[in-house]
Amino acid sequence: MPTYTINVNGNDHELEAEADMPLLWALRDTLGLIGTKFGCGIAQCGACTVHLNGAPMRSCSLPVSAVGKQAVRTIEGLAGDQGLHALQEAWIEQDVAQCGYCQAGQIMSAAALLARNAKPTDDDIDAAMAGNYCRCGTYNRIRSAIQSAAGNRQAQWVNAAPEIQS
Amino acid sequence: MSDLFESVRRAIAKQQNGQANGGIDRRSFVKLAGIGGSGLLLAAMAPKVLSATDGSPAEDTLLVSAELNAFVKIATDGKITIYSSNAEMGQGIKTALPMVIAEELGAKWEDVVVVQSPIDEARFGRHGAGGSTTVNRTFDQMRTMGASAREMFIGAGALVMEVPREELTAANSRVTHVSGQFRTFAQLATLAAQQEVPDPDALVFKERQDYTIIGSAVSGVDNLAITSGLALFGIDTRVPDMLYAAYHKCPAIGGRVVSANIDEIKRLPGVVDAFVVKGNGDVRELLDGIAIVGTNTHAVFSAKRKLKVKWDESQASKDSWSAMAARAQSLKGRRGSEEGLVKGDVDSVFADKNNTTLEAFYEYPFVAHLCMEPMNCTGHYRKAGSKANPGTKDELELWIPTQAPTRAYGPAKSLFGLEPEQIKVHQMRLGGSFGRRVYNEYVCEVTEISKRMEAPVKLTWTREDDIHHDFFRVGGFQSVKGSVDNKGKLVAFENHHMGMQTNGKPVVGSGFRPVEFPLQNIDNALVTHTMFDIATPCGPWRAPQSNTNAFVVQSFLDELAHASKRDYAKFLLEILGEPRWFEPGNIRSLNTGRAADVINLAVEKSGWGRAMPKGSGLGLAFFFSHAAHVAEVAHVSVDKNKKLRVHKVTVAVDVGPIINMSGATSQVEGAVIDGLSTMMAQKITMEKGRIQQSNFHDYTVLRMPAAPKVDIHFIQSDHAPTGLGEPALPPLAPAIGNAIFAATGHRVRKMPLSEEGYS
Ligand code: FES
Ligand code: FES
Repeated sequence: MPTYTINVNGNDHELEAEADMPLLWALRDTLGLIGTKFGCGIAQCGACTVHLNGAPMRSCSLPVSAVGKQAVRTIEGLAGDQGLHALQEAWIEQDVAQCGYCQAGQIMSAAALLARNAKPTDDDIDAAMAGNYCRCGTYNRIRSAIQSAAGNRQAQWVNAAPEIQS
Repeated sequence: MSDLFESVRRAIAKQQNGQANGGIDRRSFVKLAGIGGSGLLLAAMAPKVLSATDGSPAEDTLLVSAELNAFVKIATDGKITIYSSNAEMGQGIKTALPMVIAEELGAKWEDVVVVQSPIDEARFGRHGAGGSTTVNRTFDQMRTMGASAREMFIGAGALVMEVPREELTAANSRVTHVSGQFRTFAQLATLAAQQEVPDPDALVFKERQDYTIIGSAVSGVDNLAITSGLALFGIDTRVPDMLYAAYHKCPAIGGRVVSANIDEIKRLPGVVDAFVVKGNGDVRELLDGIAIVGTNTHAVFSAKRKLKVKWDESQASKDSWSAMAARAQSLKGRRGSEEGLVKGDVDSVFADKNNTTLEAFYEYPFVAHLCMEPMNCTGHYRKAGSKANPGTKDELELWIPTQAPTRAYGPAKSLFGLEPEQIKVHQMRLGGSFGRRVYNEYVCEVTEISKRMEAPVKLTWTREDDIHHDFFRVGGFQSVKGSVDNKGKLVAFENHHMGMQTNGKPVVGSGFRPVEFPLQNIDNALVTHTMFDIATPCGPWRAPQSNTNAFVVQSFLDELAHASKRDYAKFLLEILGEPRWFEPGNIRSLNTGRAADVINLAVEKSGWGRAMPKGSGLGLAFFFSHAAHVAEVAHVSVDKNKKLRVHKVTVAVDVGPIINMSGATSQVEGAVIDGLSTMMAQKITMEKGRIQQSNFHDYTVLRMPAAPKVDIHFIQSDHAPTGLGEPALPPLAPAIGNAIFAATGHRVRKMPLSEEGYS
């Protein structure tokens, strides 16, 4: 079996893998980085999104042999030395997740968006996030959390003015 | 946050070194004798003073000092551990129920750490979750746990401060005297655990107006782990020396293996073993298949694609959707042979020429659950006398993302001869469920594979497996007829419900019961059934029956309102009639007063009745299910290419008091978007017993740009609280369909909308 050295979250990892093994399974099964999720295996759902040299990439459809020297970043490596990424904080603050399974992929797509467009409009967000499925339907909170991480506006979801009747 | 952040970093590092796994290996609790009946509550309420050396898990990083009862532990540093005993699948139970305990306890929410409980029904009561019942079922139990611990703190406070207990209150993780002096829970913990356990019947719960935690918006307790990529879900389980497996079953459900190219598969890279498994023919347990075991998931998935299997399909499903649809067409407008409900005399009403009478035929497909986390399970079967288990009895350890952890016991006994005490189940977080993971067949599969391999094994289904081998939301057809008199009042309703049955029993989700709206509200009603025999497995799917019946009934009533030139809101309110509760005290029965309140609120908040520009419209629907009264108004526009845009859905809900405002709004937002996702393009079809869709390219989910705004309004009535995982979904489809009619004049009678040309 061939051996590859890939750089993940700033560290080089040497691993033995079949050339066609998708990066997703190298991360999850070989390196134990289970934060990146399997959803479809056919580049449709975005659950497996990681960054490759900063760009969002479907790791289920990228053979480990094609990674080469490019830097891989996963959800585990998103927080910096200073603490959580602004998106992670916004996600917690706004309680975005329902089941939570899609959210690592969502956050990675959003982080790639903010890295190239610090002040996205709602349309920019919709376009950048259209590749990420959320079966639980958290889209509105995702959009709102990205906006608040970008400093554009505050939490939007608390729109339920509770009406108390007894 | 910085402490937490550090602990996350450590956990990630540990995870990566393969040391951690999702299982929580907690000290086994001492069981009290004489458990049963009310003893169960007493067992759960038994306090204990603990020392840091009593075998409590180091991973707690808590200096455990006292366990007030099964659900509440206090550490000397002030941290309060609250156990969550039910399955978390995104419905928010792991946050909401501990909020109830914390409220009654008088804890400060910031001091609370929520931990998934071990599986132990003697201590925690029933595990599992489903049917939006958990909140209602456990609300009082949680209040009891919180209040009883609170009373013990107050007792301890009275002793320490030497004051009468009546002069003490518990709040903010402190016991405070009227004079202002106080002791923290941490200071009192040891003594509190030595107080007598209060009589549960004598406990007084807090009044609603005094709530500080219940009703607030609290972020989910697993959010840091979720957003940091920590192991939580079943599929994240890693145990030392674990192998990876795939399992291939016959695409025609129930087919048996004749032969397969096993030798060739075994030679593929990364494959450790491959073998035929003979099942017991029960789709909920173990069907025939080929197990492929390897060193990683990719190896077994790739090998699975190279399988060549000869199947014996003589006993397999032969189901055909096109045949079902054709048969339903032939029954259209006729009555079914089985009578469900006969009330009054619909025929004379229909014959009356003064009435406006309409007939319509509705169709809805099978749909899949499509949990984002495909089915999976990790298991370790340890044979007695093996290196892993020197004991005399076999052992089975399971890490299951399941709604029903104890359901693993039944087949473990019948298939493998194991008693519950030989089995250890770890409840894992579920990456979605929607009713899917009440079945545990993947547990049987991994058990069989692990037993053969004598090693821990993680079984992961491909997305294709997940779709082909679902327990589907059942499809069906309804031929409906109704009459409105010359005063615009609904006077008769008939439904020929064409549903599905297996072995003579209606499948889950197929039915039209006599309590279905509006049958109880009118004098002339007839329901007949024709049941088609199917072999395709069906199961609960977010609001079973309701999710399809709401579409038919609320669309058809809107048709009748239009035909008789009535405003649909007024028409509905008139059908509901005087405020009354059909079965007083039973929250599962319709309360027309609560129904009218949510309809009126949705009408008011949505601007119902205003003039709409050409090509856009509003649609209203109401539905009662899962003890919840919900009304929704959809605002849509449709262009000339039938491009549908759902701008906003206004939702009015009465589920009683809301526990977690954030979780509750999430459930409603999710139900609306999920409902729209399902009605847009989702349809499972089968021919020759084979499911024809396979992955997200041919079975699509709504994407972010199409998500509507969701405007939510709760009526927090004084009725008992209940769950919100399901009931906001059923009214969505008819609200959209009715809005499309308002916008275009085209009546939607068939799902999904893509088949009617909408995109
Ligand atoms: S798993 Fe990669 S896109 Fe779905
Ligand atoms: S939160 Fe469940 S799939 Fe997105």
